[in-house]
Amino acid sequence: MDERARVSHLLRRLTFGPTAAEVDAAVKAGFDATVERLLTPAAPPGPPSLGDEAAPDATREEARRRQRAQVTELGRWWLGRMVAVGGAAEKLTFFWHGHWATSAQKVRSAHLMLGQQQTFRRYGAGDTAPLVRAMLRDPALILWLDGQKNTRKAPNENLAREVMELFTLGVGAYTEADVKAGARVLTGWQVDLATGEARLVARRHDPGRVTLLGRTGAFDLDAYADLLVRHEAHVPFIAGRLWARYAGPAELPDSVAKAGRNTTALLRALVRTPEFAESAGTLVKQPVEWLVGAVRQLGVDLPMSALTALGQVPLRPPSVGGWPEGAAWLTTSSTLTRLRVGQNLAAQTEVEPPADAEALAALLVVDGWSDRTYAVLKGVKEPRRLLALGLASPEYAVH
Amino acid sequence: MDTVTRRRFLIASGVTVAAGATTLGLRDLLDTAGDRDPAAKTLVLVTLYGGNDGLNTVIPYGDPALAAARPDFAYGEGELLDLGEGAGAGEALNPGLPGLHKLFGEGRLAIVRGVGYPKPSRSHFQSMDIWQTAQPDRPGTTGWLGRWLDGAGGDPRLAISFEPVLPPLLAGARSAGATVPGKLPSGVTPELLTRMGAPAAGESAAQARAAACFGDLARVRDLVSAPLESADDDSEAPATATGGAAPPLDQQLALVARCIEAGVATRVYSVSLGGFDLHADGKDAQKSLLAKLDKALSAFAARVAGKGVVTAVYSEFGRRVEANASDGTDHGTASNVFLLGDGVTGGLHGERPSLTDLDDGDLKFTTDFRNVYATLLRDVLTTDPGQVLDGWSTHLDGVLT
Repeated sequence: MDERARVSHLLRRLTFGPTAAEVDAAVKAGFDATVERLLTPAAPPGPPSLGDEAAPDATREEARRRQRAQVTELGRWWLGRMVAVGGAAEKLTFFWHGHWATSAQKVRSAHLMLGQQQTFRRYGAGDTAPLVRAMLRDPALILWLDGQKNTRKAPNENLAREVMELFTLGVGAYTEADVKAGARVLTGWQVDLATGEARLVARRHDPGRVTLLGRTGAFDLDAYADLLVRHEAHVPFIAGRLWARYAGPAELPDSVAKAGRNTTALLRALVRTPEFAESAGTLVKQPVEWLVGAVRQLGVDLPMSALTALGQVPLRPPSVGGWPEGAAWLTTSSTLTRLRVGQNLAAQTEVEPPADAEALAALLVVDGWSDRTYAVLKGVKEPRRLLALGLASPEYAVH
Repeated sequence: MDTVTRRRFLIASGVTVAAGATTLGLRDLLDTAGDRDPAAKTLVLVTLYGGNDGLNTVIPYGDPALAAARPDFAYGEGELLDLGEGAGAGEALNPGLPGLHKLFGEGRLAIVRGVGYPKPSRSHFQSMDIWQTAQPDRPGTTGWLGRWLDGAGGDPRLAISFEPVLPPLLAGARSAGATVPGKLPSGVTPELLTRMGAPAAGESAAQARAAACFGDLARVRDLVSAPLESADDDSEAPATATGGAAPPLDQQLALVARCIEAGVATRVYSVSLGGFDLHADGKDAQKSLLAKLDKALSAFAARVAGKGVVTAVYSEFGRRVEANASDGTDHGTASNVFLLGDGVTGGLHGERPSLTDLDDGDLKFTTDFRNVYATLLRDVLTTDPGQVLDGWSTHLDGVLT
């Protein structure tokens, strides 16, 4: 792999699809300096202005309508940042959203969805301990997983279970008794719907002693978070999730988790493994990655409807398990949609459309075409048709 | 399967064996019309995602332990759809299920009670994996109907899903069922798709799969239409936290009925309804979901009666016997499986689990779910269950003929 290919690969994975100019600049700076630049923490952006929640006396329909419009606005703002900024911080925010997958469909508040995202931006690049502490009291997550209904009289296990299974430890690292004990620790943590803040309601809380993850005591929320992040399964679990989204289906190399409980350190270790370099072309782009990358390279407006058709609308993951990864995105339906959307994007761009397959590869930052695709592209003379086909091609569907 | 059909399948499957999920046009399916043994039966599997509360679906209202465990869940006497005297005494269907109640009365609905598996997982994802792979000890990467498809020659047209993403249960080791897509864009020729779909030397598995999708598209000549395409940014499609987002069940089943009426080669259809993960305020929400199920299933049953179709309805687990304080229920274990269609002996089957002799607050299963699968494989798909179910061969007695 030559230096340009190595740097292109790094940028495709750590950011939202580089433009040719971004690759040029990174080649000049070199691989190591580019890694450090990308992983330098970014200050969280000022939040978008969403307007107030519906007034208390609004009708249910009015409240619902306003809430949907605000969620759509938040989604646009976020996608706009992915396109305009596009860097590693935006990509990592998107990673954490897919990891702590929370949907506005049930939370029904753009403000709370934004609050959760600000938490990802504030803590997502550092030690996972403050992140987990913040997420256990995240109002959107509490609403999403019924923490609102979790009381000492009858604990609701939803949040406690998914926190361990999907967010911090993985299946097999805890028992059913731990789920029950975790639910008890979290009883009474409730969102005040008037202020949108989570607080502990003492009369609903069970302060009793429990045995949780091998320790017995009266744990509060922060103590529970600490048990989770100190658990031996935690760092390997997070490393594995990062590896799956940033590197692909190959096995996680042992060296990554040795970087410890800090997401930036894990990512730095991840991109330096030989296995990461070897993983080029093995990871299926998620629809957001495909579309944002294309929009950045072509300088066009992002069509929201394309994401609906491809099955990945930010702020609306299909389940708490997040979006699928890998070949699940590769269906004939999605291929059709990429062909259609590719045509639309190619028709709109004001970038000089590529005259041949080589210019197309440079524009889309594709390392090279297979003989098959090259033969097809060579037969296409009209530059915009060529561009549309390149966007839908197998080579551009993966990275 | 008769030999003519088999040969056609083997020819057609060449494209897709390495490709994983295939997508077909409805026309491709309809082209197989008349291409099957008239005696061959069809299996329609309905997955209820999220863990349907079995105790509030088939309600053992005569058992005082139920009211004690769930004081706020009780329906009034007049609302319950009683399952009658004898074996069904003290049991009733949820008021959301009038159509199924009628089928039960006509002896066309079998309710298998207490279906589950040993050492139950209360994780949605793991339990659904277990149900879809039929491998409770260690769920692998192939689905039980995908393994059946492997053994049946591997043609993706044999096993179809009308969901946008292929459910794991249709993924085999060497083949996979197909999903059915939308329209071919203008200006894209089948010839171009075929060329783009050719394998290339040295490409990654992911890229090869992306290419193979083009080859599959080349075979699409006609289209399934609007009902399968949702362009609504804020659709009310089921999206609780546990999956199953898909076109509405009645639309999925209408497409299945259309294919069956045309006599296509497909033997297995997978459809789904999501939204059953009702940890809070479960009673009304579940009733309205069950009503959707009821309406879609009753219409479907009427439409395909006499055509050799058996429909099975399951969910990844039931709910905890005791309600939580949110008027909802937490993840549980054993639950009911519904079977309806031609050859089904209606009535209550299997032993009703005790509401008091519990496993850590949950029902103890009385029927292993693999018995249900083995029965469907043997009696609907005329296949040796042991081949598909890792040697499992116990059946349900007297449910299917």
